Amino acid sequence: MQSLRAGASAVEGAIHGILLAFPIALFTSALITDIAYLRTAQIQWTNFSSWLIAGALVGGGAVLAWSLIRLLLAWRTPARRGWAIYAAVVALMWGLGLINAFKHSQDAWSSVGVFGVGLSVICTLLALVAGVIAFSGWLNREVVR
Amino acid sequence: MTRLMTCVAALLVLGACGRSDPGLNQTGPDPDLPSIRQTLVPPMRIAKPIGWGDAVPTVPEGYTVTAMATGLQIPRQMLVLPNGDILVAEGRGGGAPALRPKDVIAGKIKKRGNTGVDSGNRVTLLRDADNDGRPEVQSVFIDNLNAPYGLAFVNGYIYVANQDALVRFPYQPGQTRITAAPEEITKLPSRTNHHWTKAMVASADGQTLYVGIGSNSNVGERGLAIEEERAVVWAIDPTTGAHRTVARGIRNPTALAIEPTTGALWAVVNERDELGPQLAPDYLTSVREGAFYGWPYSYWGQNVDPRVRPRNPELVASAVTPDYALGSHVAPLGLSFATQGGFGGDFAQGAFIGQHGSWNRHDITGYKVVWTPFASGRPNGDPVDFVTGFLTEDGRARGRPVGVLFDPARRILLVADDLSNTVWRVAPRAAPAAPAPSPAAPPPAT
Repeated sequence: MQSLRAGASAVEGAIHGILLAFPIALFTSALITDIAYLRTAQIQWTNFSSWLIAGALVGGGAVLAWSLIRLLLAWRTPARRGWAIYAAVVALMWGLGLINAFKHSQDAWSSVGVFGVGLSVICTLLALVAGVIAFSGWLNREVVR
Repeated sequence: MTRLMTCVAALLVLGACGRSDPGLNQTGPDPDLPSIRQTLVPPMRIAKPIGWGDAVPTVPEGYTVTAMATGLQIPRQMLVLPNGDILVAEGRGGGAPALRPKDVIAGKIKKRGNTGVDSGNRVTLLRDADNDGRPEVQSVFIDNLNAPYGLAFVNGYIYVANQDALVRFPYQPGQTRITAAPEEITKLPSRTNHHWTKAMVASADGQTLYVGIGSNSNVGERGLAIEEERAVVWAIDPTTGAHRTVARGIRNPTALAIEPTTGALWAVVNERDELGPQLAPDYLTSVREGAFYGWPYSYWGQNVDPRVRPRNPELVASAVTPDYALGSHVAPLGLSFATQGGFGGDFAQGAFIGQHGSWNRHDITGYKVVWTPFASGRPNGDPVDFVTGFLTEDGRARGRPVGVLFDPARRILLVADDLSNTVWRVAPRAAPAAPAPSPAAPPPAT
């Protein structure tokens, strides 16, 4: 029973890692393509950004749902604080990412601009912070007591 | 402050701050231009199609309106032939690929406001020899076209502006069907074809065909490379197909017509979106030889659009201001001048303009046919509603006007409605007694 639970937990951790890889890689890529657009005014770069952000939101949305569920399950345990911080970081990343997706739906230069690239910077940083929290073992140590 | 907060929150969620200010005058030669208001979510409000049922459009006192043809397949522009037969171009073109998630979503939403009928890709002939409003003949005149739009009759040929080429067919007076193969006069710019309609009119002397070619994007968001020879008006030799570019930067010239007293070329033009509910005004303008009308770099003359990079200040400095604003997002698709005295009275000299209607402002606008009075070949006065009732009071759509055609020989106005797939016929009420000195005033603007 104990090993079954440990196995399930390992699979869950792996899936979580795969899903979290999407916002980490795609928000970072969108930041790079945003910068490329602002430097060249070549439309293809902002088109890339739009799809990258959309993909980050899909993967990030799954991570957000998962983190909220874990937060609820851990509500009456000492792990609550860790999950609350993690869920807050992911939620902020996702919310700002959604605003950035709408920003990138504007046309031509307005699809990025200072506001768009600024959001891309913040989303990238938040995704990296979420990655550090998730992969440093900090959450798991508290979960698998 | 609370209001501002609500507004900011709503803006983020719904883009609900796209309301317009009714105090602004958005028509005529010198429209009020508010500052640019870009929203994160462009407000999209589609008038839900419900059809006409037993209702008909509303026309001024002293006029009647009847459905002259129904069951068409997306009627657009019309032409009257010398023998009185009426041609109706039917179809839907375009199909520009989606490049961003936005294109996928916006495309689905816009589709809800249009007819679901398949593109006709044909020209229908209507013959109403006794002018009673009930055609004796309704036949498929030319078939297997490619999204036909502009029509012209010059030197014994019917010219059809498909979405990708100008073609012609020999015509014998009285023909109700043409089976001859099309003769291609020239290709027309058709790559991507974001704005696919090819409006057309023959010059007063019949020596030139003018063709309007719309832009390939809202404001250059597909890149400026594919805007070569887009947002232009071409003058084409009807025999050789040789062309020159008459005007540039004229975003989407959806209907062209010749002003009868001067012989000058006029156009109605659809301007850009997503600068706010009251920018940029769609317009009616004479098409001046060699003129640049601003797109994509500027609107209404030299008002710079910040979305276009790299900028082009030299070109903006050369941009001319259009003659007459029709209102933002009204989507004028039809233009026909009253000729030979028009309907008389208040409707003797001027232009009928079909407005397809908005899809991106909260207060829906357009969805009617307006009359713009002219004097000495120039607009002279405010536009007045001529055919209305296309919207219900609760903002649902019975129909959407496209092409308009004034036929001076019968003194009728035809209005193509591409939502209900109908051609409406507006005529003065038969008055056996002495006609009234002037038609009654049109209903107040709604």
